[in-house]
Amino acid sequence: MATKHHVVTRVNGEEVEFLCEARHSLLEALRETLGLTGTKEGCLDGNCGACTVTLDGRLMDSCLVLAVEAHGREIQTIEGVASPQGLHPVQQAFLEEAALQCGICTPGFIVSAKALLEREPNPTEERIRWWLAGNLCRCTGYDKIVRAVVDAAARMAEVKG
Amino acid sequence: MSDVQYAEPDNLAGVFDALERYGEEARLLAGGTGLVNLMKQRLVQPGALIGLRRIEALRGVSRQDGALRLGAMATHREVETSEVVRAAAPLLAETYRQVATVRIRNVATVGGGLAHADPSQDPPVALVVLRARVVLTSKDGTREIPIEEFFTDYYETAIAPDEVLTQVLVPPQPAQAGAVYLKFLPRTADDYATVAVAALVELAADGETCRDARIALGAVGSTVLQATAAAAALRGQRPTPEALREAAEQVRALVDPVDDYRGSAAYKRDMAVVFTRRALEQALARARDGAR
Ligand SMILES: Cc1cc2nc3c(=O)[nH]c(=O)nc-3n(C[C@H](O)[C@H](O)[C@H](O)COP(=O)(O)OP(=O)(O)OC[C@H]3O[C@@H](n4cnc5c(N)ncnc54)[C@H](O)[C@@H]3O)c2cc1C
Ligand code: FES
Ligand code: FES
Repeated sequence: MATKHHVVTRVNGEEVEFLCEARHSLLEALRETLGLTGTKEGCLDGNCGACTVTLDGRLMDSCLVLAVEAHGREIQTIEGVASPQGLHPVQQAFLEEAALQCGICTPGFIVSAKALLEREPNPTEERIRWWLAGNLCRCTGYDKIVRAVVDAAARMAEVKG
Repeated sequence: MSDVQYAEPDNLAGVFDALERYGEEARLLAGGTGLVNLMKQRLVQPGALIGLRRIEALRGVSRQDGALRLGAMATHREVETSEVVRAAAPLLAETYRQVATVRIRNVATVGGGLAHADPSQDPPVALVVLRARVVLTSKDGTREIPIEEFFTDYYETAIAPDEVLTQVLVPPQPAQAGAVYLKFLPRTADDYATVAVAALVELAADGETCRDARIALGAVGSTVLQATAAAAALRGQRPTPEALREAAEQVRALVDPVDDYRGSAAYKRDMAVVFTRRALEQALARARDGAR
């Protein structure tokens, strides 16, 4: 029997415990052990960004991080982006701008874009494209995604007043 | 991936013990962006992973006896954004910023990046031009080697099985010098380089003569390459546009690129010359500006 590790972590603000083997990625633990399937599996090698989450507030590819490394840390996934009050402005903008087609890339884009806007509330279009350069979308051609992020920045500025 | 043990020591002594205990089965785990991929592809199948993330002594970026110290576990993103780095060696901040995506840079570490030793990586090219030294530590002591001796072949380095790369020491950029890193990316912004060049040009006190030049290239050989002939052609000379062009031409004979989906070997060879010339021009312009 492979050795199991006991991991205690926080996912979207709630304390979570699970068992995993050292060879398991955080992506596998999220999707298969915790049932959080919003985080998507694409390339599995760090190229597509479908599996993007934040760990201690920093964006990363959950397919390249081992689940054991999440011990004692704080994870945010797409499931934690909306609040009981409703969708996050980035999510609302993606819907209204129709910035998705099949949707498999969407959680990764939203988690990445939210992280950008939390750091830089008013990025230029060029900056948005640079930040999202490693999130791949096979359907939309990116323009609508970029427009949605510009739009989300404006909405967030308005809310702040 | 097959079954693997996992240990997370909280000091270096614990790492040395684990390396001894697991022997050849052991692999150090830093950010994992290189190693986890190699494990998934079954290119490496370690029996034990030794996580370095809890080891305080390997972290951070600081000034130490005049040099810039990059801890092995400092992330690419830390180097990219550090004020200490920007002040001492802006070339490094500029180079680490061009690695992959922010998601990779948030995780990938200085030490893991160097130990990975893919000749298409960005940081080694700049670190060679800056004459960085790599510090390797084992249970029996510490040694310091020049970065150009650290890389021995594709994915091969001078790290012995019982050693840990603990830090990288970088002398500050000379005050009268300008330096630049150019990464040729014809495909996407987050790709590996098709050709990469770092150049540093230092002017003499007269502001006219080239006192020193250093040039290194990535992605065009089995390790990062130093263009010593090209650099020698400039030393003591007036760096006229013609002199820069002639110096850059020297790298044609040095590089040994391979055909792949980033371009044919012949194309990469041509681009190595073009990008060396551009790097020299831009480094010189920065030296003249005093902007470094
Ligand atoms: C999608 C993708 C795109 C990339 N694009 C680029 C790019 O554009 N430019 C670029 O430069 N690089 C690129 N890389 C490579 C990336 O820079 C490396 O994967 C990364 O730097 C490795 O660092 P790490 O901390 O994740 O190391 P790990 O994966 O943890 O380790 C890598 C190797 O180093 C060993 N090791 C780790 N730490 C130490 C230590 N302290 N002492 C001794 N040995 C050690 C490990 O045992 C392993 O063999 C890319 C990688 C991916 C996945
Ligand atoms: S699935 Fe992780 S980056 Fe593609
Ligand atoms: S909407 Fe299908 S991949 Fe982006």
